Amino acid sequence: MKIGAPKETFEGEARVAMTPASAKDLQKLGHECLIETGAGALAGFSDATYKEAGVKVVKTAAALFKESDIVAKVRPPSDTEVKRLREGQTLISFFYPGQNEKLMEAANKKGATVIAMDMVPRISRAQKMDALSSMANIAGYRAVIEAGNNFGRFFTGQVTAAGKVPPAKVLVVGAGVAGLAAIGTSTSLGAITYAFDVRPEVAEQVESMGAEFVFLDFDEEQQDGSATGGYAAVSSPEFAAAQLAKFREIAPDMDIVITTALIPGRDAPELWTEDMVKSMKPGSVIVDLAAERGGNCKLTVKDEKIVTDNGVTIIGYTDFPSRMAAQSSTLYATNIRHMMTDLTPEKDGVVNHDMEDDVIRGATVTHAKAITFPPPPPKVAAIAAAPKKELAKEPTPEELRANEAAAFKQQTRNQVTLLSVGAALLLLVGLVAPASFMQHFIVFVLAVFVGFQVIWGVAHSLHTPLMAVTNAISSIIILGALMQIGSGSYLVILLAALSVFMAGINIFGGFMVTRRMLAMFQKS
Amino acid sequence: MDFGFTTAAYVVAAVLFILALGGLSSQESAKRAIWYGIVGMALAVVATLIGPGSGLWLFSIVLIAGGAVIGMQLAQRVQMTQMPELVAAMHSLVGLAAVFVGLNAHIEIGRVDAAFAAAGETFPQLEYGALSGAAKDVADQFRGFAAIVAKKTAVEINILRVELVLGIWIGAVTFTGSVIAYGKLAGRVNSAAEKLPGGHLLNIAAAAISVISLFWYLGSGGFLPLLLLTLAALFIGYHLIMGIGGADMPVVVSMLNSYSGWAAAAIGFSLGNDLLIVVGALVGSSGAILSYIMCKAMNRSFVSVILGGFGGPAGEQMAVEGEQIAIDADGVAAALNEADSVIIIPGYGMAVAQAQQNVAELVRKLRAKGKNVRFAIHPVAGRLPGHMNVLLAEAKVPYDIVMEMDEINDDFPDTDVAIVIGSNDIVNPAAQDDPNSPIAGMPVLECWKAKQVFVSKRGQGTGYSGIENPLFFKDNTRMFYGDAKASLDTLLPKID
Repeated sequence: MKIGAPKETFEGEARVAMTPASAKDLQKLGHECLIETGAGALAGFSDATYKEAGVKVVKTAAALFKESDIVAKVRPPSDTEVKRLREGQTLISFFYPGQNEKLMEAANKKGATVIAMDMVPRISRAQKMDALSSMANIAGYRAVIEAGNNFGRFFTGQVTAAGKVPPAKVLVVGAGVAGLAAIGTSTSLGAITYAFDVRPEVAEQVESMGAEFVFLDFDEEQQDGSATGGYAAVSSPEFAAAQLAKFREIAPDMDIVITTALIPGRDAPELWTEDMVKSMKPGSVIVDLAAERGGNCKLTVKDEKIVTDNGVTIIGYTDFPSRMAAQSSTLYATNIRHMMTDLTPEKDGVVNHDMEDDVIRGATVTHAKAITFPPPPPKVAAIAAAPKKELAKEPTPEELRANEAAAFKQQTRNQVTLLSVGAALLLLVGLVAPASFMQHFIVFVLAVFVGFQVIWGVAHSLHTPLMAVTNAISSIIILGALMQIGSGSYLVILLAALSVFMAGINIFGGFMVTRRMLAMFQKS
Repeated sequence: MDFGFTTAAYVVAAVLFILALGGLSSQESAKRAIWYGIVGMALAVVATLIGPGSGLWLFSIVLIAGGAVIGMQLAQRVQMTQMPELVAAMHSLVGLAAVFVGLNAHIEIGRVDAAFAAAGETFPQLEYGALSGAAKDVADQFRGFAAIVAKKTAVEINILRVELVLGIWIGAVTFTGSVIAYGKLAGRVNSAAEKLPGGHLLNIAAAAISVISLFWYLGSGGFLPLLLLTLAALFIGYHLIMGIGGADMPVVVSMLNSYSGWAAAAIGFSLGNDLLIVVGALVGSSGAILSYIMCKAMNRSFVSVILGGFGGPAGEQMAVEGEQIAIDADGVAAALNEADSVIIIPGYGMAVAQAQQNVAELVRKLRAKGKNVRFAIHPVAGRLPGHMNVLLAEAKVPYDIVMEMDEINDDFPDTDVAIVIGSNDIVNPAAQDDPNSPIAGMPVLECWKAKQVFVSKRGQGTGYSGIENPLFFKDNTRMFYGDAKASLDTLLPKID
């Protein structure tokens, strides 16, 4: 199959859906690769490097659409691009079918198959093609960088000859992929980072990234992210109030606020109100990653940077991934390549569009002249539901003591029973057995007892030497053979001689090999 | 020299043996303790040679010397990966020796009986040691063990018979069992669990034959029941071990170790030799404890291991989700170069691939870079208790970085990289997560709590227990396919 990537037509879009590296991997799957001339220029990939990677460079987008069987794009197709689609052709790109119904119908009318990269289900197997996550990761990183660019101070605290510099305080709202990336970037730049999320189970992830989780004093059954495929859901009014109160309390302290809170299929919730912005210090920066959907902050202007009257900068850009086109193109192209790997299971360049496959089914919005959106829920749940934990009651000191006493009593009872049964058995044996046997029997019982006491102390790592040495000393049976070898019967002599010989092998073999092993154990 | 000296020597030898075993509590004291064992053994043999009623001592010394040559050859040639086979083979020798010595005791009883009958005296006597007149003359012909037999009373002779039967029976089971265990460990016998048609019924039948033969023998004193009993025991040893699969071998080998001790103790009873009893009991209890530890580490009862095979799953097992993601040497090397703390979990696969030297080399390189590298050893890793420790020691891995499961299990969450080399069931999270898994409740190494896990494995197959390992499907697990040794060879030059 021929896979083509056109130059993005959207204003200011610098990304490209195919890189020379991803093209090489696609060719390994048996596909041919095409690219529109200049498509990678803004992301730093020249036509020459594509040619080097074996990609055919096509002059115009129209020619590329005509020649390719599969078109890979970043942004949803423009109307012109949809018109260029033909029956049997496949388009892979971000599509947002929920908001772009007309576009979807148009593509369906053309008979083309559309795979929406934003519809890839959130299951572990599909992580490698989860383009939303890879773009969110970049957005989170870039948000911190943009904030730093507009923030007049250091992130990290320093004590210099010219005076002390306090560290910047950063608050990240929403600990999704973008939020976590922002937390990671911010902590590694040295800022004191706080983070908040409505899903308390992410507190652990937040803390593992080096930030402090902002807990609310709120007693309600909190959200379980697993029910919504790992995304946040709408919270109750009481919860929202508690959340805003907390933000209001900490707002004056924060130098940089990065909001990333989005709920799938809804406008962004308002989390950073006007009065909070007013209470912030001049020079503070707010980066609103939810600007595309109206913003978490009321004052955010989409695609623009504004400065409020009290000197707070609010950044509402929506093209963070495109601002890092080289990185985002590489990741996006890899996501596409993984999608193609799943589409060509035989690696023979033949696409097998398997609608039984959870991932492919989920991402396909039109196929075989039918609209297949929305997909049925995947057969595999994204995240195992967190079992509702019942806290074990802390035992009181009295209970603890009672437990200990009971355990001790139990132990005593066990020991006494064991001893009395053992003693009774011994006495029984003693009743019938002659004295000469009992003498040996006492020795035997004591030896077993000593054996048990001694062996428990042997180090686990020395169990093999223990076996070798017990093996050697169990050849003590040689004594029996030696006592019999002086007999008058030749048969006895023969058998005894064989026994002596075998035991001899064992004694020397066993001790030698134990010594060899023990000599190998060395301290560092 | 008289009996007093021999008995004294035996007491000293017994103490030395106890010290030899007790010294194994640490690596350093063990090096000294082994000499106690050697001296004790030498003392015991010398005291017996010059002591009570032995003859042909020159011949005996020649035989011992012959055995010594072979034993030393074996001990020097054996590869550390072959230790399980060697131990099993040596157990079989002890078992066979016990059978021979037991048979000898039977023959001696017959000879004494015949001599007494020829002299017209009754045998056995009514009172121990109270021989007079003609009977004393007859008894005086005998030396060594036969002389002791001649002085015995009827009850004592019966007890002697029970003891020698026990010695022969345990010895015979140990012999064939060890031979089969050796065959399985050396790969000469298929290591899968196999049973003859009839299964445990055959074992029960053989055990029944043994018991009947015992009573028959006590009644008649003839050779035929003894032979039958020996054959039945040989069969039980063969069939029991054939029915036990490869990974249960640690239990089997320690159980055979225990049996060889009990056989020696039983022979000690029949010969009236206290040192044999003491040492037999020591070895027997040592093997029993080892078996117990191994069973505990697999969360299985001793009976279920010995009767072979895993019990069926208790219900629907959890389905494994996700996929196994492969990684190449470059990826592993990059992760290792960045990691600060590494834990390596070796298993039988490392022994099979003979990869311990490569593992040790990897550890040396990583430690030279100041990384914290440790080993986590599960009690049943390998085919012999403590097998992994010996292999690592051979490769000159310092023993203070080789940790037991309980010592290291809490450290996994703070570990950057865990490397699983050739182990499977001992790192299976299903043991904790899935109450229906056949290995549910077995203590396992919680390597999945490390930030990243690499699994070096030959293919996608399951482990000994035949169950899927969810570890391989976890998000932080990467599969490093290929023979362990070859994989490490490609990995080593990439660690810089």
